[in-house]
Amino acid sequence: MDILSILYTIIPAALIAATPLLLTALGGLFSERSGIVNIGLEGLMVMGAFGGIVGTLIFESLGFGDAAPWMGILFAIVIGAIFSLFHAVASITLKADQIVSGVALNFLAVGLSVFIVKEVFDRGQTDVVASRIPRVEIPLLSDIPVIGQLIFPRVYATTYIAFVLVAIVWYVVFKTPFGLRLRSVGEHPIAADTMGINVNRMRYIAVMLSGAFGGAGGAIFAITTAGNFAGNTIVGQGFMALAALIFGKWHPVGAMGAAIFFGFAQALSISAQQIPGLDNVPQVYMLILPYVLTILALAGFVGKAESPKALNQPYEKGSR
Amino acid sequence: MIGNVLKSKLFGITIPLIAIGFGFLAGAVIMLLSGHNPITGYVALFQGVFGEIYYFGETLQRMTPLIFSGLAVAFALRTGLLNIGVEGQLIVGWFASVFVGIVVEAPMIIHLPLAMAAGAIAGALWGFVPGLLKAKFEVHEVIVTIMMNYIALHIVNHFIRNNLLASGQRTDFINSSASLSSEYLAALTDFSRLHWGFLIAIISCVIMWFILWKTTKGFELRAVGFNKNASSYAGMNVNFNIILSMSVSGAFAGVGGAMLGLGTYQYANILPAFTSYGFDGIAVALLGGSTSIGIFLAAFLFGGLKEGANNMQAAAGVAPELVEIIIALIIFFVASSYLVRWIYTKLQFKKEGK
Repeated sequence: MDILSILYTIIPAALIAATPLLLTALGGLFSERSGIVNIGLEGLMVMGAFGGIVGTLIFESLGFGDAAPWMGILFAIVIGAIFSLFHAVASITLKADQIVSGVALNFLAVGLSVFIVKEVFDRGQTDVVASRIPRVEIPLLSDIPVIGQLIFPRVYATTYIAFVLVAIVWYVVFKTPFGLRLRSVGEHPIAADTMGINVNRMRYIAVMLSGAFGGAGGAIFAITTAGNFAGNTIVGQGFMALAALIFGKWHPVGAMGAAIFFGFAQALSISAQQIPGLDNVPQVYMLILPYVLTILALAGFVGKAESPKALNQPYEKGSR
Repeated sequence: MIGNVLKSKLFGITIPLIAIGFGFLAGAVIMLLSGHNPITGYVALFQGVFGEIYYFGETLQRMTPLIFSGLAVAFALRTGLLNIGVEGQLIVGWFASVFVGIVVEAPMIIHLPLAMAAGAIAGALWGFVPGLLKAKFEVHEVIVTIMMNYIALHIVNHFIRNNLLASGQRTDFINSSASLSSEYLAALTDFSRLHWGFLIAIISCVIMWFILWKTTKGFELRAVGFNKNASSYAGMNVNFNIILSMSVSGAFAGVGGAMLGLGTYQYANILPAFTSYGFDGIAVALLGGSTSIGIFLAAFLFGGLKEGANNMQAAAGVAPELVEIIIALIIFFVASSYLVRWIYTKLQFKKEGK
């Protein structure tokens, strides 16, 4: 295989693998920027995958046809936002340890979703969805000779939406009053409170946004890649998204870069056998690469990652 | 004064009990909502643990690795560290012990301790790395240990697939000289997989209690957990204690893995996903209040829930995932003890007001 045809196969695969990670990482960004650690991203993706598939199946049976997967994703967004309330109530109102609450959220998501699936379908997995998200090309841009197909390949519409969302999230977090409040709550909640910002309300909104984005991420993975839902549909993508968020230094563009990089590592580990020069490298190196790089990045070899100052600290009014 | 101490001790037991109560209550509500009879369900669950001596033996077998993962989480927690990497440390410990169990030929008196030590060392190494990074670069141990879990899973699978694959997805059985299995315990429990590891787990509970509460080093570790700056001011080497705590924690987890490799299964296999023993350890340690006796009891509860879930499905038709939901809710309730404390102090306040 020559370089170009390798790229033609790997780039779309990498972008498709990066999409759910990216969306979930953007969700985690809202939560962590407001000062709430979200180890529960994995669980939110599980609920999203569950909601996405179940929603799609329901809307298919109601005769929505090609619109069904989109309605399924919307359904998953709602499910994710509601489910994230467990984490919000525990870690904001009840001042539970945020990491422990997140771990519990992951347990609960798998238990609850598989329990419901078994009750409804009488087996460990759902039916396979019939309708899929369409693959699209960007008119004009995709038609540029040679590089057009490289930079704007035929991928699912959801992938392009995710990249548009990066710009929107960046604008919201860094250019709007809402974003300023969000960040101030995560950096110095007492000062924010003094300025009349309702700290707990901001944090609730942020955690629910992480639930909505995580739900979308899980749903898109389930609908585009898996096709159905079972207890092992989401295995570690949520933690990968968390890694992308930290690797990207809690910045939407950074998270995008990290998600694409992880997507590449994943695509490479699958297709490395066909690539000259890489076919002798054991697959295990490709598999552990994202994790090793994240650790190195955290240790400061790739530049120090600094978390929001008030991360993992419950806010108590009147405390100093 | 003494009354207050007693009260706070009593309070330490009250919160887990309330949390367990709430967890079971929520489980009953879910059973009602999904059209099952909660009483039938819970009776089946109870019989699945105590109904036959075989079930009881399996429960004890199930709780053995849970005790170790609970001890591992608790040991780090005492030094103020949250070790989410118990899962990975357990996996490398499992693999290392099986590796020594297969490759080495020696009389049991050497072989068995050697295989267990291999598990402990592998686990300790997996805990040492995040400990070192925490001490030297102030990297948060939670993220590093999550990453180390995946690295452990992929590396162990790689080694099994390429070097030790015997049949299907697993390695050879270990030599009998490294085995923990016990004909006596098996016969006692109607041929369950109960093995000598259960006794080692009990001894390990005592060892942790002894290290933390009866040695100077244990005092230092706990002091660092209470207040880093004060410990440093008192002349303790905080960084060294962090690394030590993570390594010992990893060693406990590694031995937990050896319990699976040398006791329950007698082999290691390619893992399609995490075993979840490590994550369950967080629940065990939290519910047990990071005390040895608490961990033993919590491991029995969770081991029993998981074992009883089989019978609950067979006899009452309730999906075993209900047990996972109950466990998750128990963790939520324990973590949210602020609510219970808040109500409690309000009540106290009212009493004193009168």
